[in-house]
Amino acid sequence: MAAISTRTFRPSAGQRRLAAKLVGAALSLAFVLVFNFFLFRVLPGDPAKNLTRNRLVPAEQVQVLRESFGLGKPLSQQFITYVGDVLTGDLGISYKFRRPVSEVIAERIWPTVLLLGLSTILSTVIGLWIGIRGAWRRGSVFDRVSLGASLTLYAMPEFWLGILLLMVFGVGVEGFPGLFPTGGLSSPNTELASPEGIVDVARHLFLPCLTLTLAYIAEYALVMRSSLLDELGEDYLTTARAKGLRDALVLRRHAVPNALLPTTTLIFLNLGFVVSGAITIETVYSWPGLGLLSYEALRTPDYPLLQGVFLLFSAAVILANVLADLLYARLDPRVRTG
Amino acid sequence: MALLEVRDLTVSYPSRAGAVPAVRGVDLTLDPGQILGLAGESGCGKSTMAAAVLRLLPPGTKTSGTVLLEGEDVLTMRPGRLRAVRWTEAAIVFQGAMHALNPVRRVGDQITEAIQLHDKVSDKQAATRVGELLEQVGLPARRASSYPHELSGGQRQRVMIAMALACSPRLLIADEPTTALDVMVQAQVLALLAELRRELDLALLLITHDLSVLAATCERIAVMYAGRIVEEGPAAAVFEAPAHPYTKALAEAFPTIGDRASRRNPHGLGGDPPDPRDLPSGCEFHPRCPVSVAVCPTLEMELWPAGDGRRAACVHVRDTGPAGGYGPPAPERSGQPAPVDGGVP
Amino acid sequence: MTRPATETLPPSLPPQLSPRAIVRARRRQAAARAWREYRRSPEGMIGLGILVVFVAAAVFVPLFIPASELDVTKATGTPFSPPSAEFPLGTDESGRSVLALTLWGARVSLLVGFLATVISVVIGSVVGIAAGHFGRWTDSLLMRVTDWFLVIPFLPLAIVLATVLGPSLANIAFVIGITSWPGTARIVRAQALAVTSRPYIERARALGAGDWHLISRHILPNTVPLIFANTVLIVAVAILSETTLAFLGLGDPLRVSWGSMLDSAFTHGAASIGAWWYLVAPGVCILLVVLAFTMVGQALEAVLNPRLRGR
Repeated sequence: MAAISTRTFRPSAGQRRLAAKLVGAALSLAFVLVFNFFLFRVLPGDPAKNLTRNRLVPAEQVQVLRESFGLGKPLSQQFITYVGDVLTGDLGISYKFRRPVSEVIAERIWPTVLLLGLSTILSTVIGLWIGIRGAWRRGSVFDRVSLGASLTLYAMPEFWLGILLLMVFGVGVEGFPGLFPTGGLSSPNTELASPEGIVDVARHLFLPCLTLTLAYIAEYALVMRSSLLDELGEDYLTTARAKGLRDALVLRRHAVPNALLPTTTLIFLNLGFVVSGAITIETVYSWPGLGLLSYEALRTPDYPLLQGVFLLFSAAVILANVLADLLYARLDPRVRTG
Repeated sequence: MALLEVRDLTVSYPSRAGAVPAVRGVDLTLDPGQILGLAGESGCGKSTMAAAVLRLLPPGTKTSGTVLLEGEDVLTMRPGRLRAVRWTEAAIVFQGAMHALNPVRRVGDQITEAIQLHDKVSDKQAATRVGELLEQVGLPARRASSYPHELSGGQRQRVMIAMALACSPRLLIADEPTTALDVMVQAQVLALLAELRRELDLALLLITHDLSVLAATCERIAVMYAGRIVEEGPAAAVFEAPAHPYTKALAEAFPTIGDRASRRNPHGLGGDPPDPRDLPSGCEFHPRCPVSVAVCPTLEMELWPAGDGRRAACVHVRDTGPAGGYGPPAPERSGQPAPVDGGVP
Repeated sequence: MTRPATETLPPSLPPQLSPRAIVRARRRQAAARAWREYRRSPEGMIGLGILVVFVAAAVFVPLFIPASELDVTKATGTPFSPPSAEFPLGTDESGRSVLALTLWGARVSLLVGFLATVISVVIGSVVGIAAGHFGRWTDSLLMRVTDWFLVIPFLPLAIVLATVLGPSLANIAFVIGITSWPGTARIVRAQALAVTSRPYIERARALGAGDWHLISRHILPNTVPLIFANTVLIVAVAILSETTLAFLGLGDPLRVSWGSMLDSAFTHGAASIGAWWYLVAPGVCILLVVLAFTMVGQALEAVLNPRLRGR
């Protein structure tokens, strides 16, 4: 008689937890809005004066600035206007570009997605592999070398690595010519959509992507190694061997999937640091994405733009955290039905 | 031919201070369909022995001796043959089945894995077999879709047993199958094992520290101490008239229900189990032995005959001959309470 | 029935000491034991050695390199010249000695790192103990705030804060401190929760002990070792953060730090010119110091948590 499969899914517990997480995320986002709003308004002194302290701005512009903040109206009213604006996509006007912030951001978002996406995929895949191999052959030469390399990569500022790579492979050293372009997304006069264009972008993408990948490999390798080492001490692996399973399969089918559980969510949770890395690396390589935009904004300083980018980054990371929770709940049955 | 024949098995673990012996020259025989109980304190090497039968020890352990399973030496088998033999000829049920099952896979899948490793069956056929196995151990077939954390301790133990039977082995090694279970559930699991053994003509190697459990279920009992077998014989005889002082202490530690005398006088054994890195000389038990004599620390121990099919590694057994038992307490130790149930007078 | 105090004294002390003295003696012995254990870790000792060298260099540099060497108007070297006898680490874009810049920069980088860590650890510990000890509403509220800071990406937040507050050492330290306390808070809270639920706390309360007494006499001593190990790791992160913020131009423009050196090097085209010495010197220093703190931190954790040894 075939076994009757009854999924013992208890909706209330799991869904309640999910709902709580979503509410938490919404609260975080709301707090970001509040934070953004008050930061530039509750500073001592005239906000307009504060914002323009580093530059010479004609008096009329300062007055326009004051009015744009709606400073005459009560604070609560200003906040409501602000929230309303944000929800409709109006993030203000950029000082530097004199265009709507949302427009400027929209233009620069894809290069960042390309750079971050590719380097995250590469660093995850390679990092996890290194971590697994290191834990499986703990104490071996591979393990010790990769541990040392990981710790060293972890300890250096990623942009320093970027500048060095730029110097060696972009500019070239001592008769060894540069292999890659020294900055930007593409060479001038190249049609992006054409095959040469794609190759050109790829060449420009290589060094920044390499830098970011190296910077994050270490984290994934270390966490995976640690997680797998924990798992390798568990009894159920001996049961699997006793059943007649080959060692390699014991690793692949039992140990690694279980060790991967905490690591998968880490990838999402790491987005906060990946974003920080993007800012500095894009600056080094003049990669025209949101990171470089942040740099340009802070140099000006272009407050509406800064606020807009901060809002976007925060929202992305908050969303990533929610996804991480959802993913973990899906993957680990102990969380799902327990 | 004996189903399992262990000869002079020695297992050492590596450590910073050198090799630490966990099992030292153990001989054991198990015939088809027989139940042998292996008793001893934690750390005496019984679990190591169990793992050694299927060569499941961690890498780095040194093993020597012979373990003949159906005539083939497990310790020298090629890896491919070993993997084929595992689970099909002998299967093992571990202690603390809490962590012995993969927590993120359904129990049915884990049993199916065992089946499909050794037999080319379709998923559907495997599922049918899984249902049969679960029912054989007293669980409803639909439990196959549960995760381990959804089952109680007793249910998990039954699942482990069902999984062990998946490839119809001739030998089942149960390592502490009832530890950490309630008394009622313990009784159920033991009854299940006894019944399965009858139905399937299974040989059973039951390992536990609880001698009373073995007395009820097993035909023969072997007692281990500090990596060696110190007594062996028919279960009833060993339990009721222990030949070795350690066995006696073990038996007395568990009062027998209904025996008012033992209820008033259960006592444990002073001292700690010996550190395998620093074993006492001669008879390893002599520091804790209530009847040790001057020659004990220097004697080369072996298992001397102690009666009908019995052996024990005690100097008193050697001296008093095949009648078994050991003599009255040595004069230096007359302060000890006299044994209640008494040895063989 | 408590045993007389004399029975629990370490053997080297005379009897009839006050309870305070006994506690102190025991603590000293525990610290000595921990130090002996720490000494057994080669990474821990190497890390400690590196830190001692750097801190000593930072503290004593005014004695052998005058501050005037940092003055751009008094620079004597050719800009961007490679290492030579006169300038062991070469010169920067204004002709100043990179060696002088690196050693003086150590003072700022280390100072900001330490300051930021103090801020971070103090806030984190207070929040953690309050949340763990008082529980319920306090806990929920504080944990909400902690989670928010944990979620928000560090650099965008730091940039926004630093831009608004203005460039100065104190502000940078503040910004780093205020963005990194959640880690400490989480750890401290877990420990405070564990300690608060122990039986002797309940007994102390029954005897009339107030929250302040419980916190200062019981919870704090039990959490300090943990906080200490965590602190060391935070300093490493703080120094890296200072480097990043200075590189982006958010540091004090009047002070030299390792991060500001990298900023100057980069914006003045050291990479294109090939002035590797200007980049390598501060970078290697950061690398060594952060590695050293990490090694020390891991060795400390192994001492405090024996389970982690042998990893």
